[in-house]
Amino acid sequence: MKSEEFSERREELNGWPINIVSYRVGDRYYCTIDNVDPGARFARAEGTTREEAESTALEKAARYLEQTRRFPTA
Amino acid sequence: MTTVVSGSEVLVNTDWVAQHRTDPNVRVVEVDVDTAAYLQGHVPGAIGWNWTTELCDTLVRDIVPKAKLEQLLGSSGITPQSTIVLYGDNNNWFAAWAFWQLKIYGHGAVRIMDGGRKKWLAEGRDLETQPSRPTATTYTAQDPDLSIRAFLSEVQRALARPETVLVDVRSPQEFTGEILAPPGLPETCQRGGHIPGAKSIPWAKACNDDGTFKSASDLASLYGAQGVTPDRDVIAYCRIGERSSHTWFVLKYLLGFPHVKNYDGSWTEWGNLVGAPVER
Repeated sequence: MKSEEFSERREELNGWPINIVSYRVGDRYYCTIDNVDPGARFARAEGTTREEAESTALEKAARYLEQTRRFPTA
Repeated sequence: MTTVVSGSEVLVNTDWVAQHRTDPNVRVVEVDVDTAAYLQGHVPGAIGWNWTTELCDTLVRDIVPKAKLEQLLGSSGITPQSTIVLYGDNNNWFAAWAFWQLKIYGHGAVRIMDGGRKKWLAEGRDLETQPSRPTATTYTAQDPDLSIRAFLSEVQRALARPETVLVDVRSPQEFTGEILAPPGLPETCQRGGHIPGAKSIPWAKACNDDGTFKSASDLASLYGAQGVTPDRDVIAYCRIGERSSHTWFVLKYLLGFPHVKNYDGSWTEWGNLVGAPVER
């Protein structure tokens, strides 16, 4: 068994840059999303297609990012 | 003058792991931020360690106790003579965390797989989903070497010591106090900002896009430009101590700094401490 169809791209979600990684292992697709800076993976999902895995992970990511507060700085 | 240590003493690449993963004296261990990642597929034969339960004291906030580490290493089929090769997601964040703790307890041969889990996946290398079940050993660890660990009192004293430089390896937005935790993660502190006088050098600046470490000369320039040089005492910190263990690894093992400590209390300690000075 190997990872196949590895893909990585950057997008913006709710005003935050995100890094989307997806790949297939066997008959399952996996998607992980990190927050670019610092690069912490905070959402992941799997599915039978890349689209399914990515859309589920993106929904989770959007939900988590909504909870991130910005504070004023000098 | 920076003393550059050969990364080959502590870094191995994915080719090396592919060739040596079945060597009886080599034990490959995956440590991820996402503790479910291991079961999605891992380097064949690799052990999986859970940082939330196996690499800490789950009652008191502390690193893994000696007896617990001995049990973990023994059940992983590791002896004091084994070469442990660590890798993980997020460019080896928790692989570095495990490395730091293994050094505290005196394990000799520890390596990190350059590029970590992402590089292994991106290269389409073999994976296995079943957990490995090695033959257990009896492991005896050394007493903890706390010369590579900074506690709160030392960080407080460092504020008045120009010989010591504090390196904040969190993101710029955490450093300025714009956010209290990395985007998408729960807030775990009461105040945002940084320890007064700390230099902001995010951990990721030490890595290339593929997750591998930058060259020693690039790293020396990166840290040297901020006054982080081998003649000074260096204390690295982040939020909970894992990102700063990554920077600790870079400074100590890729650049050969003699006096580097990881402050694992980090911002979740300082940013919650009543009366602690904060700079924004």
